[in-house]
Amino acid sequence: MSQSRAVVGTLVLLAVALLAGCERPPVDTVQRGYRGTGMLQVYNPRTVAATAEEHAVPEPIPAVEAGGPPAGTVYQNVQVLNDLSVAEFTRTTVAITSWVAPKEGCTYCHAGGNFASDDLYTKVVARRMFQMTRHLNSEWKAHVADTGVTCFTCHRGQPVPARIWFVDQGPKTALGPAGDRAEQNAPAAAVGYSSLPYDPFTAYLRDKAAREIRVAGPAALPEGNRHSIKETEGTYALMMHMSDALGVNCTYCHNSRAFYDWEQSTPQREKAWHGIRMVRDLNETFLDPLGPTYPPHRLGAGGDAPKANCSTCHQGVYKPLYGRAMLPDYPSLAGVPGPGAEAPAAAGAPGGSR
Amino acid sequence: MAEYQNIFTRVQVRPDHPHMGVPLERGVWTREGKPFFVYWLGWFGNAQIGPIYLGWLGLASIICGFIAIEIIGLNMWASVNWDLKEFIRQLPWLALEPPSPSYGLSLPPLNEGGWWVMAGFFLTASILLWWLRMYRRARALGMGTHVAWAFAAAIWLYLVLGLFRPVLMGSWGEAVPFGIFPHLDWTAAFSLRYGNLFYNPFHMLSIAFLYGATLLFAMHGATILAVTRLGGEREIEQITDRGTASERAALFWRWTMGFNATMESIHRWAWWFAVLSPLTGGIGILLTGTAVDNWYLWSVKHGVAPPYPQIFPGVVDPAATGGMQ
Repeated sequence: MSQSRAVVGTLVLLAVALLAGCERPPVDTVQRGYRGTGMLQVYNPRTVAATAEEHAVPEPIPAVEAGGPPAGTVYQNVQVLNDLSVAEFTRTTVAITSWVAPKEGCTYCHAGGNFASDDLYTKVVARRMFQMTRHLNSEWKAHVADTGVTCFTCHRGQPVPARIWFVDQGPKTALGPAGDRAEQNAPAAAVGYSSLPYDPFTAYLRDKAAREIRVAGPAALPEGNRHSIKETEGTYALMMHMSDALGVNCTYCHNSRAFYDWEQSTPQREKAWHGIRMVRDLNETFLDPLGPTYPPHRLGAGGDAPKANCSTCHQGVYKPLYGRAMLPDYPSLAGVPGPGAEAPAAAGAPGGSR
Repeated sequence: MAEYQNIFTRVQVRPDHPHMGVPLERGVWTREGKPFFVYWLGWFGNAQIGPIYLGWLGLASIICGFIAIEIIGLNMWASVNWDLKEFIRQLPWLALEPPSPSYGLSLPPLNEGGWWVMAGFFLTASILLWWLRMYRRARALGMGTHVAWAFAAAIWLYLVLGLFRPVLMGSWGEAVPFGIFPHLDWTAAFSLRYGNLFYNPFHMLSIAFLYGATLLFAMHGATILAVTRLGGEREIEQITDRGTASERAALFWRWTMGFNATMESIHRWAWWFAVLSPLTGGIGILLTGTAVDNWYLWSVKHGVAPPYPQIFPGVVDPAATGGMQ
């Protein structure tokens, strides 16, 4: 009798231990497709409440009166925000300081009292970031719409955004003729700790010539679609990142019975399609070429510059900052990018592009 | 007899002298080792271990299997730089991957899939030798070969996944990696690449036989345990000489679902369901990529997949319309 009690007790303990990793109910579900298709988003209201503060936006600085001479004629070496009035220029840069370097202040970018100096690399990078912000707010409306982005979308009060990526040098494997990882099969946070290829960013987001994401064919019978299962694992890895970055599951964009089919997809898939192209553009044109500008401690293990992916802006929610627009309060961040902005390796990146 | 009315095995037969088996007819091998009893194993099966029969086939199979496991395990260990702690910690993620598709069916360098080909060869040799051993041992005992043929059905699925289909597709890269999570991720990727395996009718059949086999197994196991107090464990005798156990079991199922299997046919039901699961599954895998590229579209074409109302009309492929950039 005591023996069977011990067995039952052990089984109960095991069951409790197995459940310890689960979130407790209830959870909220949001229907996103036709009934019966299982197109649901699942949210834990307690997690959403606990993380709400991470996605709060700062109060805007009160608007200033229009008019006055442009900043470019009053201050020296203003290359991007030169079309702003002096008052708006000051207001904007004060806001940017609070978004990017609230602890460090102006001197994070401006060297020793000389605001015109380009001596600090941070100023050169910041200028390029202004161009990038203006570029994506004006050229990538297909993804950011009129909500747009500001420095705060990624930086959130930190000089270096929390969610950036470098080329993954891979886990350390033995030298010699065994132990090849085939660029996968390591518990990697980037792909939700699956065993899928651990660096989908280099393969799919680094530049405009990145690998094709589509693998499923548009025909029932074999008609020359040669995409392999290994390529599919790569695509799957990228999608794991997107799911993680947006805090959504597959059915936010896809009807999982026919992932490839656009007619059964949601409009968010179109947004995401443009978002992928946007990130490729930003990495190729702006972020990757900044490598030579950074000091070594800002570079990745492979010597490459910090780069962006979906989570750099989204940070775990389906719309960055839950879709609250900061751009209307700072319209100057949606202006013309300025001369040379579109060319890679412009403005202070003498080393040229990768 | 109430000892049978339990979900665990309560009866252990502990003879004074272990059973040594019927005489072997021929061959240089004998059963070896002094048999012994293990109380805890008696909870799950026969408490007697041994004597062991190895034989040439068994020996060759174990050697080949050992080589395969060594190749896989040492490659996994090398992939964490011979760090034992990391090997244990990361084991579910580790794998020996097949070659890249660019190698086709050629022999790649060892560290780019060559080890996988070699491990696959030895594992296949080991499995086929073990099958032969199973067949020969059944014959040596004067038994039928039902078990060997059921095992062959599983081997069919294994060979389709690792040999027949990759050869038809012209690439070792289509095959399954050796690894715990990696082979599951491979399965998901396989379905994604070929337009959703759930629309593959042979996959449907395979699942139906798989679930059916477990259902039949539960029904049969429960029925026999339930009538053991009436002598139901003598199933084979009761095929022709139906005792009260057999009659009551039959009546129970006729009452509850209107039809009953017989003491003989239930075993054929179970055997065929179990065997057909990998047989049909293997056919489904073999057709994937070779005869059908997108199972969802195949199902639409043949009226299997129903259309659903469009909730978001007007979503179009940006690449097809030129996109923005």
